[in-house]
Amino acid sequence: MTAEAPKDIAESWPDDLYDVLKNNDVRHCAYVPDAGHTQLINKMIEDPDIHDTVLTTEEEGIGYLSGAWLGGDRGVLLMQCSGAGNCINTLSLTNSYRFPLLMILTMRGEWAEFNPMQVPMGKATAASLELMGVNTYFVERAEDIAEVVAAGAEHAFNGDQAVAVILSQRIIGRKKWTK
Amino acid sequence: MDQVNFESNVLSRREVVVELLKDRGDLIVVTGLGAATYDVTAAGDNHRNFYLWGAMGSAAMTGLGLALSRPECPVLVITGDGEQLMGLGALATIGAKRPSNLSIAVLDNGHYGETGMQKSHSSFGIGLHKVADSCNFNWAQEITEMSAVADFRSLAQDITSGPVLARIMVEAKNDPRVLPTRDCVEIKNRTRRALGQTV
Repeated sequence: MTAEAPKDIAESWPDDLYDVLKNNDVRHCAYVPDAGHTQLINKMIEDPDIHDTVLTTEEEGIGYLSGAWLGGDRGVLLMQCSGAGNCINTLSLTNSYRFPLLMILTMRGEWAEFNPMQVPMGKATAASLELMGVNTYFVERAEDIAEVVAAGAEHAFNGDQAVAVILSQRIIGRKKWTK
Repeated sequence: MDQVNFESNVLSRREVVVELLKDRGDLIVVTGLGAATYDVTAAGDNHRNFYLWGAMGSAAMTGLGLALSRPECPVLVITGDGEQLMGLGALATIGAKRPSNLSIAVLDNGHYGETGMQKSHSSFGIGLHKVADSCNFNWAQEITEMSAVADFRSLAQDITSGPVLARIMVEAKNDPRVLPTRDCVEIKNRTRRALGQTV
């Protein structure tokens, strides 16, 4: 028997991220899909203890997770950074009622982007969330993701804060674009 | 499409809400911003009322989160046509999740009452009950009489019948404002305490 080779962090970070969320008692995963979140979303869907909830637009997740928190549950909201723009006014719910909110965003329009229309919102993502009172954490290396999300979960659920962990497009990798 | 004549609506929104909340038991209520929040406050304040002061379009989704986290409790969203129209996608999301303890009562006066009574899409023939029906709700109907409101109350209290939506046709008139506290953190904390959570 040979020991199983450790997985490359570039492939294993979604598994580590899933473990961090489970350790933080996250019971709801609301999302608008993004390619960068595929592996994590699939694990959430496979987990019978998680409510996986696909949204038509990202701001739905803010009301949803606020309601879940009222009932005693924690959740996470996954999106591509373009969804941050859709969330702006609804973040007044998080802000005024001081609801915890944990968001994990995958970047577009930031690194080797082939689609010019991804760029404007990509450039505005962190600044626009900050303007609405969200604490933003930008992660550039796959090995940092689990630690930053763990800190963000503490900040959100015990500190009653809105938190966005933003994952660089460099981590996610270039999108394969067929001609 | 002919415009809908809301002048024939006879139900008073305040009386409808009193009827909806009669013998409410452990019912949890989420209110959409504006008149629906005032109507529910006027019917009697309750720590199981979660009042929204903003985040237009979010009432139904807040109800979904509550319904999934507290499956043993009936959850009723009471909102207006304008608020629900802004959260039309939420009806699809709820239809996909199909929580059996969630109901939505849309007090439909066909207008944006808070901003000067401009006509909403409801006045132009858009039927929110038909949208909910297309979104796989178990029951979605238009209601024009108080006896049907009482029947809907039974449906809303049954945690096995949802998701359901009633489009309740009410008079297009503004009632005197009856306001809950505007301290939103207080609104959150008292609902959490009422549901056994620490704050």
